[in-house]
Amino acid sequence: MTKRLCLLFIAIGLIVSGFPAHAQVTFERLLNSAKEPQNWMTYSGNYAGQRHSALDQINLTNVRSLTAKWVYQTGATGKLETTPLVVDGILYATGQDDRAFALDARSGRPLWLYQRQIPADIRPCCGHVNRGLAILGDKVFLGTLDAHVIALDAKTGSVIWDIAAADYQKGFSFTVAPLAVKNLIVIGVSGGEYGVRGFIDAYDASTGERKWRFYTVPGPGDPGHETWEGDSWKFGGAPAWNTGTYDPQSDQIFWPTGNPAPSNRGEGRAGDNLYSNSLLALNTATGKLNWHFQFTKHDEHDWDATQVPILIDANGKHLIVQANRNGFFYVLDRSTGKLISANAYGKTTWSSTKDSEGRPIANKNASPTLEGHTVCPGALGTTNYMPPTYDAQTGLFYVTARDQCDTFSTAPQPYEAGHAYYGSAYFPSEEAEPYLGFLKAIDPATGEIKWKFQHTTPTWSGVLSTAGGLVFTGDAEGNFIAFDAASGKPLWHFQMGGAVYAAPMAFAVDGKEFVVIAAGSAVYAFGLP
Amino acid sequence: MASIFGRMRLALIAIIATVSLAYAAADRNPLANDPKAAKAGEYEFRINCALCHGLGAHGGGRGPDLTRAQKKHAHSDAEMFQVISNGIPGTAMPANGTNGQGVGMTDEEIWELIAYIRSVEVKAPATPLGDAAHGKELFYGSTNCSLCHMVEGKGGRLGPELTAVGGSRTRAALIDSVRNPSRRLAWGLTEPTKEFPQEYESITAVTADGTEIKGVALNEDSFTVQVMDASEQIHLLEKDKLRSFQKSRESLMPPYDATLLSDKDLEDIVTYLVSVGAK
Repeated sequence: MTKRLCLLFIAIGLIVSGFPAHAQVTFERLLNSAKEPQNWMTYSGNYAGQRHSALDQINLTNVRSLTAKWVYQTGATGKLETTPLVVDGILYATGQDDRAFALDARSGRPLWLYQRQIPADIRPCCGHVNRGLAILGDKVFLGTLDAHVIALDAKTGSVIWDIAAADYQKGFSFTVAPLAVKNLIVIGVSGGEYGVRGFIDAYDASTGERKWRFYTVPGPGDPGHETWEGDSWKFGGAPAWNTGTYDPQSDQIFWPTGNPAPSNRGEGRAGDNLYSNSLLALNTATGKLNWHFQFTKHDEHDWDATQVPILIDANGKHLIVQANRNGFFYVLDRSTGKLISANAYGKTTWSSTKDSEGRPIANKNASPTLEGHTVCPGALGTTNYMPPTYDAQTGLFYVTARDQCDTFSTAPQPYEAGHAYYGSAYFPSEEAEPYLGFLKAIDPATGEIKWKFQHTTPTWSGVLSTAGGLVFTGDAEGNFIAFDAASGKPLWHFQMGGAVYAAPMAFAVDGKEFVVIAAGSAVYAFGLP
Repeated sequence: MASIFGRMRLALIAIIATVSLAYAAADRNPLANDPKAAKAGEYEFRINCALCHGLGAHGGGRGPDLTRAQKKHAHSDAEMFQVISNGIPGTAMPANGTNGQGVGMTDEEIWELIAYIRSVEVKAPATPLGDAAHGKELFYGSTNCSLCHMVEGKGGRLGPELTAVGGSRTRAALIDSVRNPSRRLAWGLTEPTKEFPQEYESITAVTADGTEIKGVALNEDSFTVQVMDASEQIHLLEKDKLRSFQKSRESLMPPYDATLLSDKDLEDIVTYLVSVGAK
């Protein structure tokens, strides 16, 4: 290299470093995400899982003028469930087919695209989906449908490490957005419809080395193993397919789990079936269980408890709350896992009594039968994976809800590795009312529903609240809607031309606030004119 | 020894290859007449198919009766395999694993399913119960069906188009729709499979200038509604600009009880629709 060329490179280097550098995303930044509301650095926006943005540039007074700023077409088909991350002006998100991409968050112009080659013989339950990435250091992290965990270079999308967590041919897969805590990438497995033995893993973010695995179905000798009949624990399900939350004060990870397998047939797995349909409090360093709370014991209706558990501090109490798929809104003490209250927030017929702790328990006649037995909620639940939001300004919890009853009929099935393992069929009840879908605002202190907005049909969209006094959600008809968080009055909407299966988020770049949601096959960004 | 093992391994590979090839692309079901396969197929059917085709494969308000000897889209085992694997474009029949609820079946499981369907189907084509020619006459004549329903390009537009309905619905479902049209409107499928969820709800809207519009919903969301009125005019309405808006699941179609339409005449109309739907 000539001396002159060398000087030129140095000069370029100086010019480049003159621009604001994209700093590393450290654990400290994730812990203190409240200090940088312009960024959205975890699936739910903060470790508490509140999906609330402190940005208030878009607010009650100007939201009616909100307009589309850019649209990014992923080119993938199916249900687009991703929540993007934004750090320092760059947006990172995933597509249905395990693609990951980075965009200029101002313009929507792509910086890089990574496309996972998914094996042709993969048959994940409920479609090819992915809910998003985690970011830590200079990497983003993706769980794939073929059960790999992959670290990508955040600047180029190049694969830094790629490890196989489990065998996809046995029904294991990842659809969840991982959670970065300290130097760990925490991720939970999908596959409850295949009779997998569920687990939550933590990987060293730098190397991909697995640091711990917590089996959500305890093996022989472990506490809780006695809640499974015979060998049923071996294919007991209890997947962990939605992102958990983290409490720095107690250094605990809270992760929710899904249905026992087979999902709709309790025969052959007598017992409570721990830790299916539970909230787990895990020690961050070791993955050891501190406490658990099981929402639906011995579930026979596919009521996964895989809803984002939200940390709320109110009146000196450290709470964790969840609007559960089984139709009840639970408030727990997050230090002990002790139940404080459980109130129905939708149409439920399966439980009319509570146990001594206050936990709703199943009626004797709620089980599926050969001829079919109708229960509310149905298999899709009062809510599902769509993340809710908590807004400390209004003190309200906002959640997408559905009233639907299903007829559950048993269909005994032997376990076979890699084959569907439901043990039942369910149908929408023939005589039932049409299914109803809502956005509901719940007061966590009382369980009271403060307001509700009825959608034309039930939606799969998550919910965002912002400091602008607004709540955002999408609908099955393709609308993105802004509501007055206090009253539930719709203030603005935009027709995106595709059903929403994702959850909104907000960020700012160059001092301008954007609200983003995925719909159809595209990511939409909205801002003020 | 090594060479014998090597040869055995090759033979084994050949056998495995043949077997998996047989599962994937056979003209005839490799599991035909296997009662165990049919039993396993029954459970696959309950999980993957019964939502539309009913428990027992007798069909329902959403999908055809698969126990009929004559099937519209799939006669041979190979055709049935293809239809189950890939769905039927333009209909509500989804490709294997894409209905958003099930996980999708393996090739072997699809053959088990076909073994089950073969085990429950009747062997001879059903003899028509009514008189199709008379049914057609009634449909376009005195019963006024064709004022609102179109068959093979002829008829009205207010109600569902019925050319294919005789092939995709059971006789019982058709009879019930005529006798009790409001009991179940034209139900869409659950969200993942419904491409266009028209349910023909009855709409009454009053515009800002006081004009009343009565008709059926072509589509609707939280902010707009698209309505066809009895004279087949399309109205594109924004809900917040209306003076009033009401939606009802009471069908605009009058219930045809036995005094309006005898059992015999209804059977003739159904036979007509089945004959068209089978084409």
